[in-house]
Amino acid sequence: MADVWRHAWLLARKDLLVEFRSRTAILSALVFTVLVLMVFNFGRDPTAVAAVDLAPSILWVTFTFAAMLALNRAFQLELENQALDGLLLAPVSRSSIYLGKLMANLVFVATVEAVGLPLFALFFNVPILHVLGPLLGVIALATVGFVAVGTLFSAMTARTRFAELLLPVLLLPFMIPPLIWAVLATGALLAGRPLSEAAGWLRLLAAFDIVFVTLAFVLFPATVNE
Amino acid sequence: MLLAEGLRHAFGGVRALDDVSFTLHPGQTLAVFGPNGAGKTTLLKVLAGLIRPGGGRARLEGGRRAVGWIGHQPQLYAHLTVRENLRFWASLYDVPDAQRARREADLLARLDLNDHADRPVRALSRGLVQRVAIARALIHDPRVLLLDEPFTGLDRTAAEEFRRLLAEQAAGGRVTVLVTHNVEEGTELATDVAFMRTGRFVQLAPRAGRTAAEIADAYRLAVTGG
Repeated sequence: MADVWRHAWLLARKDLLVEFRSRTAILSALVFTVLVLMVFNFGRDPTAVAAVDLAPSILWVTFTFAAMLALNRAFQLELENQALDGLLLAPVSRSSIYLGKLMANLVFVATVEAVGLPLFALFFNVPILHVLGPLLGVIALATVGFVAVGTLFSAMTARTRFAELLLPVLLLPFMIPPLIWAVLATGALLAGRPLSEAAGWLRLLAAFDIVFVTLAFVLFPATVNE
Repeated sequence: MLLAEGLRHAFGGVRALDDVSFTLHPGQTLAVFGPNGAGKTTLLKVLAGLIRPGGGRARLEGGRRAVGWIGHQPQLYAHLTVRENLRFWASLYDVPDAQRARREADLLARLDLNDHADRPVRALSRGLVQRVAIARALIHDPRVLLLDEPFTGLDRTAAEEFRRLLAEQAAGGRVTVLVTHNVEEGTELATDVAFMRTGRFVQLAPRAGRTAAEIADAYRLAVTGG
């Protein structure tokens, strides 16, 4: 098992280094995040719906589509020079490849969220500091499940002709339950309701993570074999 | 040792491998010649374990760790430097640091890549990329070399150096399977020669001192019928 984690770390480090050099996906995702938040900010009528009621949905729609850009990139990177064949030939377990991609995608999406969250608070004038801890918990739980399933689907769709279209089509139906729970939990926290009110949603998010991380881990080898 | 027994494989209705069998012992080099679409690349992929054959079996002493692969694509990351690519692939094969540094220095020098070692792969010409792909394939000192048109893009000097490298590998007991459509390229390295057409070995024999011209004549007779 130590080898699995070590190889996963080598792969994740390589992905992050490639992304750091190319800045292709991270810049796209960050610009996308800023633009979406701006559009929602200027495109809503603040007198019709209170910001705190609308904000959780906007936050999660933004994070979801920004993360999609990262997930699309994850395996496209391996196809550029058929590096994926090299990975499959190397004495590295398929599980390591999945974990490495998952780790890199989590760092990537977390970076986008770290930039997006303060902008969200600024644009929508929603105070988040008093609930920052629990809010980060909700974001972390939802992100893990989202990225775990997204990484699996990214591997499945990467070799198809319409990968960028196919990924959201496959992924979004799976994301509906955790997104609902994340939006409800975020809404409860931003409205100043006690944490115990969001506890049920958090438990559901945690259960989703456990089930889908395990499933993705088990199913991944079948998605990369030729 | 490399063993192929009754290998069969088809893509849909197209037969890519049809009852291919051979055994190679340490030091042997099999050159497989065939026209485009003869099944040469599929044969290599099956031998490497990248494709599970529809029938028969391939056995390779040392498993995946023992394979060095040069394919149509270089399996390199364009945004990483030559040195970073070599280090990444060496790390996946668990090559100890000291050994890796030695191999890296040797291969960079032999393939005349020292001046390019710290340049990103995307900045290199096609021929230089092919040299890096060769270095990548040899960085972990593989015992079995599977080479698919490995001379593509190499200039005369680089091709000669690569031939010398392959000859040294064979003298060191490595097993090599080299597939190409160009009879001139692989003949002098081969201990055994096979001609392939529509997934079958139409001829498999020791080279027995035959020259490239003699092999070319035999190839025309066997594959094109004259």
